[in-house]
Amino acid sequence: MLKDFFGKKVKVINLGIASFAEDLRKQGVETIHTDWRPPAGGNKKIQALLDKVASWQSKVKSAKGAR
Amino acid sequence: MVISHLIKKQTYFDSVTLMLIGSQVKKLPGIDSTVVGMCTDYNIDSLKRLSMYQSAFDGLTPNDLIICVKAADKQTADAGIAEVEKRLASRKQPSGSAELPPSSQEEAASRLPEANMVVISVPGEYAAREAEQALNNGRHVMLFSDNVSIEEELKLKTLGVSKELLVMGPDCGTAIINGTPLAFANAVRSGDIGIVAASGTGLQEVTSTIHRLGCGITQAIGVGGRDLSEKIGGKMTLLATRALAEDPATKVIVMLSKPPAESVLKTLYAELKNVGKKIVIYFIGADPKAIEAQGFIAAHNLEDAAIKACDLSTGKSHNSEMSEDQIKKAAASSKMNGKHLRGLYSGGTLCDEAQRLLLPVIGEISSNTPVKGCKEMPDVYKSSGHCIIDLGDDNFTRGKAHPMIDPAYRSERMLQEIADPDVGLIIFDVVLGYGSHLDMAGEMVAAIEEGRKKSGRKPLLAACICGTREDPQNYAQQQKILEDAGIKVFPTNVAMVSFARHCLERNK
Amino acid sequence: MLIDIQQANANAIAAIQASQPVLKGIGTALEVVPGMKKNLILHAGPPITWERMSGPLRGAVMGALIYEGLANTPEEAEKLAATDKIEYSPWHEHDGVGPMAGVGTASMPVWILEEQKGGRKTFCTLNEGLGKVLRYGAYSEEVITRLKWMETVLAPVLKAAIPLAPEINLKNMIAQALQMGDEVHNRNKAATSLLIRELAPAIVKTSFPEADKARVLEFMHSNDHFFLNLSMPAAKMMLQAAEWIEGSTIVTTMCRNGTDFGIRVAGLKERWFTGQAQIVKGLLFPGFSEEDCNPDIGDSAITETCGLGGFSMAAAPAIVKFVGGTVNDAMNFTRKMYEITDGESQAFQIPNMEFRGSPLGINLLKVCEKNLLPQINTGIAHKKAGVGQVGAGLVNPPLKCFEDALEAYVEKYCKDE
Repeated sequence: MLKDFFGKKVKVINLGIASFAEDLRKQGVETIHTDWRPPAGGNKKIQALLDKVASWQSKVKSAKGAR
Repeated sequence: MVISHLIKKQTYFDSVTLMLIGSQVKKLPGIDSTVVGMCTDYNIDSLKRLSMYQSAFDGLTPNDLIICVKAADKQTADAGIAEVEKRLASRKQPSGSAELPPSSQEEAASRLPEANMVVISVPGEYAAREAEQALNNGRHVMLFSDNVSIEEELKLKTLGVSKELLVMGPDCGTAIINGTPLAFANAVRSGDIGIVAASGTGLQEVTSTIHRLGCGITQAIGVGGRDLSEKIGGKMTLLATRALAEDPATKVIVMLSKPPAESVLKTLYAELKNVGKKIVIYFIGADPKAIEAQGFIAAHNLEDAAIKACDLSTGKSHNSEMSEDQIKKAAASSKMNGKHLRGLYSGGTLCDEAQRLLLPVIGEISSNTPVKGCKEMPDVYKSSGHCIIDLGDDNFTRGKAHPMIDPAYRSERMLQEIADPDVGLIIFDVVLGYGSHLDMAGEMVAAIEEGRKKSGRKPLLAACICGTREDPQNYAQQQKILEDAGIKVFPTNVAMVSFARHCLERNK
Repeated sequence: MLIDIQQANANAIAAIQASQPVLKGIGTALEVVPGMKKNLILHAGPPITWERMSGPLRGAVMGALIYEGLANTPEEAEKLAATDKIEYSPWHEHDGVGPMAGVGTASMPVWILEEQKGGRKTFCTLNEGLGKVLRYGAYSEEVITRLKWMETVLAPVLKAAIPLAPEINLKNMIAQALQMGDEVHNRNKAATSLLIRELAPAIVKTSFPEADKARVLEFMHSNDHFFLNLSMPAAKMMLQAAEWIEGSTIVTTMCRNGTDFGIRVAGLKERWFTGQAQIVKGLLFPGFSEEDCNPDIGDSAITETCGLGGFSMAAAPAIVKFVGGTVNDAMNFTRKMYEITDGESQAFQIPNMEFRGSPLGINLLKVCEKNLLPQINTGIAHKKAGVGQVGAGLVNPPLKCFEDALEAYVEKYCKDE
């Protein structure tokens, strides 16, 4: 439930603007900044293929976890 | 003019960093223009438009960085390139470790598996994919990026709702979750007021005011400007509202938004009626009576929303920080020596609020983002008559960082307005908080003093500071810098606009 | 299919790490190389036909035909090479590897490596030296004469010496060389020295004429890259351990034939994915320009595939003199490769990175996701047969190889997602 998230410590993965991560660090928030760049060099076809693999693996991991 | 360029292949930086550096280097003597950016279609157009495109750029991809400088002579242009490189190299990486930072969400997640929130400010065309990945991994999403399609938004929010995960955005600039300010947000104490907002600066203004009035918040949840549209149907608003309704720490709920679509309003009201807690609603521009008729407390403006929330929180009555009498007095001792008002806003909602409150008084206002009854500016780069401008709007921020981060264009525009003999009063917002420039007041005052010197004119100036004394900028010092420059300072946009109203009425 | 890629890749890397390539001996290609035939020419890189071969490879084929006695003159050899009387096949499909043109034929002596715990073997010809040599496409009488000497003197002496020497575990030798400034692709000086040290007493003990033993020692000593022809099959032995683990996206082969660059992936059994071999960018010896350069050639990229060569550049700062740049650049090249690999070598540690293991196990998915290509540093051949090396520098595979491999992977494992 969303309300169960209230009150928990926020821990952040930051993708994009570096200053957002810097500001969070200043406040002592556990943050990891990502030196993000367009996936697959911006190639949509390759992105789509990678997404298929990710989607497949997501299912495999859930199935394994369910065992 | 000479153009020098440098290409760095497969070298990616975020657009804000690049634009800021470009903007800083442009200020150096002898430099006419700079383009520092990834080789995207947009930047190629900019280069061509500025007659700076080089054939060496043919065949480059959006993963390749272009540094291009136009200057009076080759030496200066080359020095400009060197300066850009220097600033890129010295840009500190937030990750303190000697290891290279992760380059993907997946890698970041493997290094910080306990992460529960992903803040996304990558280019719009990639944002939805990252958001979906975050949600699939059970993490909440703060989606700062814009240019995400409404279809993508619907897909993300449907997924978010099914997993009870927040999707704050797209185009969401402000949130405060579990006491943590995200993106552009103020340092606000914790309390018992929970806010759901489809507006960035609106949320900043309300939360800051609540803090200054002595109260505090549980959550300030941004839902993005389209959440209450027919297509999205208020998915995040409803999810957030239900959660706040069930949250034992939240006593009062505030809802801020443009008026929702008709089809959504019915469901929204039904949901709100089930909440069982006090609710303050501010649908910007809507008739408060219609809201009251539904049994809710309606606010008349952002300041009023904060005051009413505090009243409900404490059971006591709160007053505006500045009384109407004080404002009238300030206006009485001020003289407009030009007919017209100009408003230079960095916050869109504050710009809208000013237009709405002043339209009944002035009759004719133009804007680049006109509210109902106001006119569209024929040329957004040239003001005429009474003009209230949102400098954070797309037409000003293409290829430039937002005015809350980079004051360069607003400073330039300030010079223009001061020099205009038609102008009698200029109002502007100074938005403090995380993400914002560290000395906006200093920057604006520098521009104002330059403007006064160059033109010999001294129009009336008023500013409102949106922020708290806990913000990273020094509130008191920002206020002093403005006041020392002869600028009248107000605690809220409403107060500043009220001052403007009185000045304009006196001037009639 | 319920395959966990992370697990499959971990298994692949574990198998690679567990491999222990040992120098077993020397043999004649026809007798020891699987599938070898009198009219078969093995070469570096992915499969290729005579028509498409570049200058150095053609020259090497012609020289080999003369050496084997199948042709008497270069003109005859050239004519013969174009007929279907001569067959061509990649070394990689015969458990071997070849540097530069990498041509191997029936009569040539080859190193025999064996997996310490028995079983698999890998092969490679012996390194002829620098200058006008077969592997750069030279086919003059001098080349043939030297090849004959290697067949009749060098090989027999070494063959007799190896059993008399302590067992040479090549993985350990490479690990030591890495801590002495080699990366065993472009810099092999320390490894060659270690090899000579191990074999010298044994060579002395054999019963060949003193002059021959002396020549053998001088020959090895005169060639700083003598060890390359051992580092390559050692790397192949290790990577073969991961072939062909179902579902794994670990790249087990990177190689070039001077025209095409080819890769193979553990979970895509025996399939080649090719693209255009690139032009190497680096320092050219005086008198040569970019027009003189042949595209990337050789099986030596097997070293990078195994975490050596360009991936261990941080261990070989001397390389930077050839590839241009600073010592820090060399370190950064290695650092970047961690982004596309799944593991770190246990054996191959890099001293000036706090003995961190070199990046091991190139993951196809990471290469595509990050658009970051493996970094190879390599020698540059003149595009005309027989001129020799014209420089050294940096090169990458073409992205196409990885994109095609990804497409094939999805088609095989998860096309219905």
